[in-house]
Amino acid sequence: MGLEDTMSYHVNERGYFGTFGGAYIPEMLYPNVEELREKYLVIMSDPKFQEEYQQLLRDYVGRPSPLYFAGRLSKKYGANIFLKREDLNHTGAHKINNTVGQILLAERLGKKRIIAETGAGQHGVATATVCALKGIECVVYMGAVDIERQAPNVARMKMMGATVIPATSGSQTLKDATNEALRDWINNPVDTHYIIGSVVGPHPYPDMVARFQAIISEETKWQLKEKTGKENPDYVMACVGGGSNAIGMFYHFLNDEDVKLIAVEAAGKGVDSGESAATTYLGTEGVLHGSRSIVMQTPDGQVIEPYSISAGLDYPGIGPQHAHLHTSKRALYVSVTDDEALNAGLELTRLEGIIPAIESAHAFAYLDKMKFKGDETVVVCLSGRGDKDLANYMNYFGF
Amino acid sequence: MNRINQLFERKKENILSIYFTAGYPGLNSTIDIAEALEKAGADFLEIGIPYSDPLADGPVIQNSSLKSIENGMTLKVLFEQLKDLRKRVSIPVLLMGYVNPILQYGVEKFCASCKEVGIDGLIAPDLPMYEYEELYINCFRGSNLSNVFLITPQTSEERIRKIDELTNGFIYLLSSSSTTGKDVSLSDVTENYFSRIKAMQLKNPTMIGFGISDNKSFSKATEYANGAIVGTAFVKLLGEDNYMERIPEFVSSLKGKQEFA
Repeated sequence: MGLEDTMSYHVNERGYFGTFGGAYIPEMLYPNVEELREKYLVIMSDPKFQEEYQQLLRDYVGRPSPLYFAGRLSKKYGANIFLKREDLNHTGAHKINNTVGQILLAERLGKKRIIAETGAGQHGVATATVCALKGIECVVYMGAVDIERQAPNVARMKMMGATVIPATSGSQTLKDATNEALRDWINNPVDTHYIIGSVVGPHPYPDMVARFQAIISEETKWQLKEKTGKENPDYVMACVGGGSNAIGMFYHFLNDEDVKLIAVEAAGKGVDSGESAATTYLGTEGVLHGSRSIVMQTPDGQVIEPYSISAGLDYPGIGPQHAHLHTSKRALYVSVTDDEALNAGLELTRLEGIIPAIESAHAFAYLDKMKFKGDETVVVCLSGRGDKDLANYMNYFGF
Repeated sequence: MNRINQLFERKKENILSIYFTAGYPGLNSTIDIAEALEKAGADFLEIGIPYSDPLADGPVIQNSSLKSIENGMTLKVLFEQLKDLRKRVSIPVLLMGYVNPILQYGVEKFCASCKEVGIDGLIAPDLPMYEYEELYINCFRGSNLSNVFLITPQTSEERIRKIDELTNGFIYLLSSSSTTGKDVSLSDVTENYFSRIKAMQLKNPTMIGFGISDNKSFSKATEYANGAIVGTAFVKLLGEDNYMERIPEFVSSLKGKQEFA
């Protein structure tokens, strides 16, 4: 076969994680993707690039994001729970780590126009933000349904000067927005860079986005040591749609096999309800958006429309690196329902005074299903803040 | 030698290929349309395998694909229907589709089914060249199937040479980098690109596709290639009333034997 390399949790030189990944793209996308594949590592390892990237992360994004000991939450669950506060980043989520990196990369590739897809709108906002920062034209594709349920983020993108184009095909959510962005790239093959927001898409995107998000676990390592003297936590937890905050949260722990990695998917109304986005449970191996991964599909290979209350997790696939971590059992993939996530969101708010994004609330909801021994250390990625979800919370709890 | 190779042996210019989506507009319309197209004078056919996420296609083919899936079309159903293909159609027929439904069906089984029903080739835009070369080439050749690759104005000369080496049917020249059904004019830039390809003297014949919708664009394209492919314009017709009766007129107006404009 030649496509397999199961020795590593990272990408091989051919763009695969184990048997997952690759670049399943039509020829119209090949020159752009190939250019990126040839240059991304060279550009990212250039000291000048790193200097500018680190400076922006520090002064513009506000990194390092705090590692916060959540005392009351810890007491409730009988463990030492730390929150990695990606919600405190500029624009309110982890997404900006990647867009800052990719806009600098796009500049060095000489691109004049940026396109992006967005689900919850956080990636769209983060992309519109860096485009405003650099004065570059920005077009964001967003499912028509998501435009409806994430209105504040649509307004933010427009205020930043981005053009928001509704994706009206299929389920009108993240999957369809991604199709539309890819179609745009096909039709604009020369001057446009596509900033993919998650660890999905053709190689090198899953690896490139993972590298930009790896800052999350890089900081966690030294912050935890500083705070507890411990090299590693016992558990690291994050929510997974495409999986960018989870990969960022796992990245520097992948080879530390003593750290248990837990990825929480969106079960929607229940994994067997027919309205779910729990990809590793419901999916099978397939190709979606340019990479071989685990995909929710019919036996005939038609992609199934997923469902989650959380627009950011409402995706029928999962990044190829996650597919590899799942099948190699390096990480545990679990799921929680809409109800469980919403309740966990309220609980975090009441115990710690932090309103999490509904996406992030999925990770917290799984705490209730774990059995801790007492003094174990847990880091949960609080990937984004919940302001954008207030309408959903209010609607559910009747505030 | 399969039917595609024989056709290009026999005919060197003005070759017309028509694309349409299987199972559209009706689940069982596939073979009737194929037969009508042969009678009307099409030289060969590309039958589309519907897919839920056709990212290289514009709205017309996207909608036909969606409707076809709603009609109940699957690869299994399609191969059932195609058992009658060679009783009624003698021109070359290729399947065109995205790689995921083919992977789910199983590539080896797919090749065997193609051979069984008399399919001559495949165009799978998102099948990577390396995967075809390393995993599937023997299976394709064993079933006498041509695998057709696409090239665009941005495809490098080195890659075109590699594609020419791997292909044994024809090469699909996209008139520009675009999704299907875009209103592409064959500009000076495009003509430079066609001329550049022509000068490369590839061993495979070439067919130009995307943006071919009438006799004018067909004639222009066939100056530079062995023929041209019409997709969106025909799928549009299939969405209209009395489409079966209008197929002869559609094909002959493309070829320019009669002017209906």
